[in-house]
Amino acid sequence: MAMTMHLDIVSAEHEIFSGVCEIVVAPAVMGEVGIYPRHTQMLTPLKPGEVRITKQGGEEESIYVSGGILEVQPHVVTILSDTAVRAADLDEAAALEAKEKAEQALKDQTSEINIADAQAELAEAMAQLQAISRMRSKMKG
Amino acid sequence: MASGKEIRNQIKSVQNTQKITSAMEMVAASKMRKAQDRMAASRPYSKKMRQVIEHLAFAHTEYKHPYLNDRAVKRVGYIVVSSDRGLCGGLNNNLFRATLMHMKTWSDKNVDVEFCTIGSKAQTFFKRLGALRAQATHLGDAPALTDLIGTVKTMLDAYNDGVIDRLFIVSNEFVNTMTQQPQVDQLLPIVSIEDDAELKHHWDYIYEPNAKEVLDSLMIRYIESLVYQSVVENIACEMASRMIAMKSATDNAGDLIDDLQLVYNKARQAAITQEISEIVSGAAAV
Repeated sequence: MAMTMHLDIVSAEHEIFSGVCEIVVAPAVMGEVGIYPRHTQMLTPLKPGEVRITKQGGEEESIYVSGGILEVQPHVVTILSDTAVRAADLDEAAALEAKEKAEQALKDQTSEINIADAQAELAEAMAQLQAISRMRSKMKG
Repeated sequence: MASGKEIRNQIKSVQNTQKITSAMEMVAASKMRKAQDRMAASRPYSKKMRQVIEHLAFAHTEYKHPYLNDRAVKRVGYIVVSSDRGLCGGLNNNLFRATLMHMKTWSDKNVDVEFCTIGSKAQTFFKRLGALRAQATHLGDAPALTDLIGTVKTMLDAYNDGVIDRLFIVSNEFVNTMTQQPQVDQLLPIVSIEDDAELKHHWDYIYEPNAKEVLDSLMIRYIESLVYQSVVENIACEMASRMIAMKSATDNAGDLIDDLQLVYNKARQAAITQEISEIVSGAAAV
């Protein structure tokens, strides 16, 4: 029987694959790599692409990953898969969007603060008016 | 005393409210279970990543990643994770109180504070304090990691540029269905990389293309996965808290109905007694 190793493919959101396999072929950034059992320890980022798995007994399965990181140890292979295609400019755009939203929220607040200020002023003015009218009624009395 | 019809109407309206709260309770219970599953599903990823990072930190003492370096603190950042909706008891208020307490320890030392909020409740609360760097709202019950990339990157950039020297995340910890605990955790610099003898192996990875690049992309994903976990856990807390709040609302409505029913029965009995005595006295007069 062929030698086997354990393969885990996990993403931040859920587990994608976990099981015993004979060969794993993954799309590393420097080119496709084929991992057999007892491979030396290796760490490399992955490009978006297909991971081909030969399971115990020769059955094949292929899983699409949108990038991630491949960690290899002699009997355990782990693929930390991304949940979406990552690129520097895409991340940058997402960050900008988050920033803009925050600025928008800060802008909106001015109107709210004005309302609170106005309410406070109104309460003060009303208290003053009350005091004045009380004084007047006293003077009359 | 209120007339019979008035009391009946009141009972009816309380009953309607009770129906709504008990429905919300059941919805929250089922959503909580799903959120707990999601919480469990996201754990292996960050656990694995932590192992690799710990290994790397020991194998590569010559390259010290900025996320592992402690530096003098002039300004701190907070990522505050709250819910989008209310009706979940004191969950968010407790969280905000914990944040403010933690902030106070920093402001006592003349350290500035900046925020990044996740969830609309935190956004409305913290925008009054200003210094809001980034925000994300309306992530739904099943948030995607992609929705958080932008917010996390903004804070990481701030850390890289030296705008903030420490990054904390504030979120609720799911202790059990009855208890949710607000907690403040330090994200950056990464703490408690254990000085484990087991980690000081004599082997090292082969890195492709090189150790620095691999480590950089690992670090970003690790922080993201921690934030994602907090968000998912906070959703589980929100649902649990809402479930409890709605359960007590339903119970209170039940008590109210019982009381009203008693008043109604008394009023009806009084009316009957009065009628009988009127008839009897009428008959006696004849």
